[in-house]
Amino acid sequence: MALLSKKDTKLILDPLSDDNPITIQVLGICSALAITAELEASIVMAISVMFVLGLGNVVISLLRNIIPSKIRIIVQLIVVAALVIIVDLILKAFAYELSKTLSVFVGLIITNCIIMGRFEAFALANRPWRSFLDGIGNAAGYGLILIIVGFFRELLGSGSLLGFKVLGDPISKTGLYAFGYENNGFMLLSPMALIIVGLIIWVQRSKNKALIEEE
Amino acid sequence: MEHVELFFKSIFIDNMVFATFLGMCSYLAVSKKVSTAVGLGAAVIFVLAVTVPLNWLLDQYILQDGALSWLGPEYVEYDLSFLSFILFIATIATMVQLVEIVVEKFSPALYNSLGIFLPLIAVNCAILGGSLFMQSREIESLGLALNYGVSSGIGWFLAILTIAAIREKIRYSNVPTPLRGLGITFIITGLMAIGFMSFGGMLTQGDEGTAPSENDQAGIQTEEINQKNIDSTQVVEVSNITNQ
Repeated sequence: MALLSKKDTKLILDPLSDDNPITIQVLGICSALAITAELEASIVMAISVMFVLGLGNVVISLLRNIIPSKIRIIVQLIVVAALVIIVDLILKAFAYELSKTLSVFVGLIITNCIIMGRFEAFALANRPWRSFLDGIGNAAGYGLILIIVGFFRELLGSGSLLGFKVLGDPISKTGLYAFGYENNGFMLLSPMALIIVGLIIWVQRSKNKALIEEE
Repeated sequence: MEHVELFFKSIFIDNMVFATFLGMCSYLAVSKKVSTAVGLGAAVIFVLAVTVPLNWLLDQYILQDGALSWLGPEYVEYDLSFLSFILFIATIATMVQLVEIVVEKFSPALYNSLGIFLPLIAVNCAILGGSLFMQSREIESLGLALNYGVSSGIGWFLAILTIAAIREKIRYSNVPTPLRGLGITFIITGLMAIGFMSFGGMLTQGDEGTAPSENDQAGIQTEEINQKNIDSTQVVEVSNITNQ
């Protein structure tokens, strides 16, 4: 890739696995888990966060020499809030049903710790292009977990993916349901999101021993 | 009665951590020791008790559709609700600063115990979430808004206190190494959330048919999903939030 140097590629790829914002940095869990019962909502949330984090990182990085450090939190919050309002209005205009589903969780992107965390840790000290890549990378790492969780919850909970009944029709008993398969309605309830993330962490840390925490 | 109902509902049924995952970041990061967990929990109760009523006033007299009518009949048409995110977060950030200054001045002891946690709280999703849920659930009076702020704060406090206590004890257990730390905390929180779902019938004397509260509906929906295998991908938690 001519556009991206090796260092830049690392900025994007690291957050996908070894420096994942959710499972390693423990950021941005707040608004993530509640909306993962459907794959579609997870994908939209991931895209929204990518938009806010990518652009927000650029704006903060451009302003990094102007912002007085005492009021930087308020400046950061205003930048994020403005971007989130844009996302919210776009969703309300073009995907009204989905914006109802996401309800207050779009607003909660403002206080999503990933965003503040990346502003503080990266954008305040780096150039706009690198900050942009960092934002995209971290949002992708976040989105990856969201999509994995959303995939399993929708598949096992309602037997569909993105609304398509991939396992057959439960009412007319076709596909897998013909053999007595049942949906696990429990997957749709909120506690399962936590447990799935716990399992993802388990798998990830079993594969990469360096990530194991010693208490 | 209204107050008592809202109070218990916000603590147990709609618990911020277990039902809506708000404030999870600090919940996971600061729950290693009971003493720090208590400090942060107290600060959250305090800030929620201040910001939720304040944002209720803002919502009622500035943001809602037609809320500006007190300025005169020509302002009746205005609907500023799209500004609520920015106004709420600005209120929260300034209030946190203000609370910090006031507490430092008048109660140094309290300041020392809350001190480090107060600035963190401006970006705690539980605080903004409290205000946003207050808005979306259309809480009716200032008193109820105050009640909602305090009780959801207490719910959060309860959650972080219990997980901190469990994490202190779990160090003596033989947890599989890859699960240690974060992984097991997630799973315990999930199990606790399942436990808290059993509070769902609390306000209806366990009779789900009469006045289904939000979590009852969730329970009923799961049963329906199990029995009839409803194919719609309706999201249970989301209906928790939207069906009031």
